[in-house]
Amino acid sequence: MQCPKCHAAMHTYNRNGVQIEQCSGCRGIFLDYGELEALTRLESQWVQQAPPAPPAPGAYPAQPAPAAPAWGAPHHGGHHGGHYRQRGFGRMLFSS
Amino acid sequence: MTPTARSTPASGAPLDGLAALARTAAHPPGVAPCGCADDGLVGVLADREDGTVVRHGALVVKAHAPDTDPEAHRARLALAARPDVADVLLSPRPLPPAAPEALGGRPVTLWPYGPPVDPGDPDAAPWEEAARLLALLHRTPLPPGTGLPPMRAPLKAALAVDRMRRSAPHHPATATVLAAWGTIPAELTAPGNTPHLLCHGDFHLGQLVRLVSPAPAPEGPPSWRLIDVDDLGLGDPAWDLARPAAWFAAGILPPEVWSRFLGAYQEAGGPAVGSDPWVRLDVPARALTVQTAALALAKSTAEGRRLDEVEEVMIDTCARIAGHRTG
Repeated sequence: MQCPKCHAAMHTYNRNGVQIEQCSGCRGIFLDYGELEALTRLESQWVQQAPPAPPAPGAYPAQPAPAAPAWGAPHHGGHHGGHYRQRGFGRMLFSS
Repeated sequence: MTPTARSTPASGAPLDGLAALARTAAHPPGVAPCGCADDGLVGVLADREDGTVVRHGALVVKAHAPDTDPEAHRARLALAARPDVADVLLSPRPLPPAAPEALGGRPVTLWPYGPPVDPGDPDAAPWEEAARLLALLHRTPLPPGTGLPPMRAPLKAALAVDRMRRSAPHHPATATVLAAWGTIPAELTAPGNTPHLLCHGDFHLGQLVRLVSPAPAPEGPPSWRLIDVDDLGLGDPAWDLARPAAWFAAGILPPEVWSRFLGAYQEAGGPAVGSDPWVRLDVPARALTVQTAALALAKSTAEGRRLDEVEEVMIDTCARIAGHRTG
């Protein structure tokens, strides 16, 4: 079979039960009827089975900084509450 | 508890009467002297004019503020006794027969004792559970005719500003706090102009206790309950999130803790905020920042001390709200 674009020879490969033709010249791929759907099905099965990527060791889980008002303190996001464990804030957390 | 101008230790609080009432409630009449005191289960948990709480064993008795509105108080207490909020609010116990309904002019109520959040360990605070309880409270459907008054959070902010004006008029930072207060449209803090959902009115971490009796099932839901119905009522539920929101905006509550709290509230279907939470939180969080700063100025002036570092942060936040700082 010849590539309809560059007319080089196409070779047949079998990938997970799906037969595809790939051009030896331009690397283009020819799919027979139903083969695109078969690939899509395989892809969705793969996505469902794939476990989430583990976070890099020692890294904080990637979390977007929460929204803050315009009058909020600068350095939100990278700031981890230096006052959080101070006695004054402890009092404030527990009183009106 | 209620802030306002009355949170100094109460002189003449009916401690003896409360202690006797708590003992009577905890033990049937005629029983020999109990061992509760020896076991460390008797004591004064709080003693302010706006709330004096005495424990005896499994019960606590609370004397409410002397200026408590009797009708509003009855409606709030009746709400807390409803079975459909028993998973959210601590349920009051009936007073023993023949017990006075007031002591020293202050209404008295009886409650089960529950251990509070440990103030020394803010990391262990049940932020998610608190958020879930608030969401459930805000979602409580209310039949007409509960007679519930407005919740008191906006009023308390205004009272704190009044107290600062009276007791710290010459503090250099007072003008900053007043300028921040001036950015809040008066109609937005007025009751009647807001959603009418059931609100706590004074939420902070001291307003949570764990149920100990009856013991919750090990696999059941966590056993935290909201306490203190003195400011409870109808209003805009965003005010119940405003204190943690203000702490986060001031930069003293870590963003990840705020995210946990807000996320748990939204996950539980809490109606106070939409997809952009600050649309609804902005005004109440500004008001709570002002309230906190105003009380810090009033208290530090009365105690003749300098502001601590965290209080300074709240004044700085007022300055950013106002666009400038004095003092």
